[in-house]
Amino acid sequence: MKYKDYYSILGVARDASAEEIKKAYRKLAHKYHPDVSKEPNAEEKFKEVGEAYETLKDHEKRSAYDQLGRYQPGQDFQPPPDWAKQFGDMQFAFEDIDLADLLAGLTGGGRHGAGRGGRFPMPGQDYEVTVHISLEEAYRGIEVDLNLTVPEYDERGLLHRVPRAFKARIPRGATDGQRLRLPGKGGKGFNGGRDGDLYITIVLHPHPLFRVSGHDLYIDLPLAPWEAVLGASVEVPTLGGPIRLKVKPGTRAGQHLRLLGRGLPKPRTGEGDLFAIVQIAVPTVLSEHERALYKQLADSSTFNPRGHFEQEVKSESRT
Amino acid sequence: MKAELNETLWLNERLEFSLAEFVELSGLSEKELRELVDYGALEPTNPQAEDWTFSAQRVISARTACRLRKDFGLDLQGLALILIYLDKIHELEAQLHDLRARLPRWLR
Repeated sequence: MKYKDYYSILGVARDASAEEIKKAYRKLAHKYHPDVSKEPNAEEKFKEVGEAYETLKDHEKRSAYDQLGRYQPGQDFQPPPDWAKQFGDMQFAFEDIDLADLLAGLTGGGRHGAGRGGRFPMPGQDYEVTVHISLEEAYRGIEVDLNLTVPEYDERGLLHRVPRAFKARIPRGATDGQRLRLPGKGGKGFNGGRDGDLYITIVLHPHPLFRVSGHDLYIDLPLAPWEAVLGASVEVPTLGGPIRLKVKPGTRAGQHLRLLGRGLPKPRTGEGDLFAIVQIAVPTVLSEHERALYKQLADSSTFNPRGHFEQEVKSESRT
Repeated sequence: MKAELNETLWLNERLEFSLAEFVELSGLSEKELRELVDYGALEPTNPQAEDWTFSAQRVISARTACRLRKDFGLDLQGLALILIYLDKIHELEAQLHDLRARLPRWLR
């Protein structure tokens, strides 16, 4: 069993009062609670803090913890010989047990571990995992491998951390932030309680071409000046393969060209759209001939892209 | 280790849970849930009906509520306020995300 220093996790002295422990916990909980924190490792930190507080806030558990002795964090240790007898007459296989599980067994007045000893049905623990997939995988649907370590009681009533692996099908239609549920795939229930659930949050990897909003996709569509002016038929990549898009003459930069149904599929029916956002790209290197043609266009064109400046200035000076 | 294939369930607006199911999945008690509905933090899909149902999308918010209440020892009125603000934040984040997706890459 690996040692964890609950006092240093909460940043309090070993002789801290219950009030000091509560105060330290609250401060850290505000900082790391995964529902409100933006810290990168919030979930992991909050778990540590919560585990430490769960033990130190309870007088009985705290004294059981204190009497385990002091070790370096992460150091392998065995409880003193008379410890198990003193704190609940429990049978444990100390090698593959987690310190939190050991101390959790002390809850509930009776020292026999409310989970296995009591008669109340206890639901299994729910778990939440984040699954990262690519946009192409979201488009097609995908099977992902999930690996969890969950606490489970064996047939002798001993608590172990057991690895569990299973495959989950992420169906077509998932998008960024989509939540899914796998009923009964969390921790095992005790005494007839239901098994916990597994909750999945889908996160899409950023894509080099497409940006995602719900089930709609956005792509930048650079056009040459003459394509925008004269109109053109251009090839646009989509998740289902490239398609040809007709650009009308006089297309302006910033216009959204909608490709109906070319976004991500929606659950059950329908699909989002793909929007191509027009940009006018200009060549930075010109041949002599090209330069001459542009010059000729500049000399003969009457087009004034800033005509509205003058109009606005005139109407301003009148008022 | 044998890996079995499992079908996932959508948590979206198409799926609804009964009050009893919602209580079980959220971890909140029925009394807590009813109070959060009174404060406007959670809303059944059929507030007028006797047998409430809830959109599956709201399970995540209700589970968050349960965790916040337990981890911070919050009273229900304060909790309701936090949930309303969290919903607002998520809505604004979604709008921001949507607007960023519409911006050309060189502007982002």
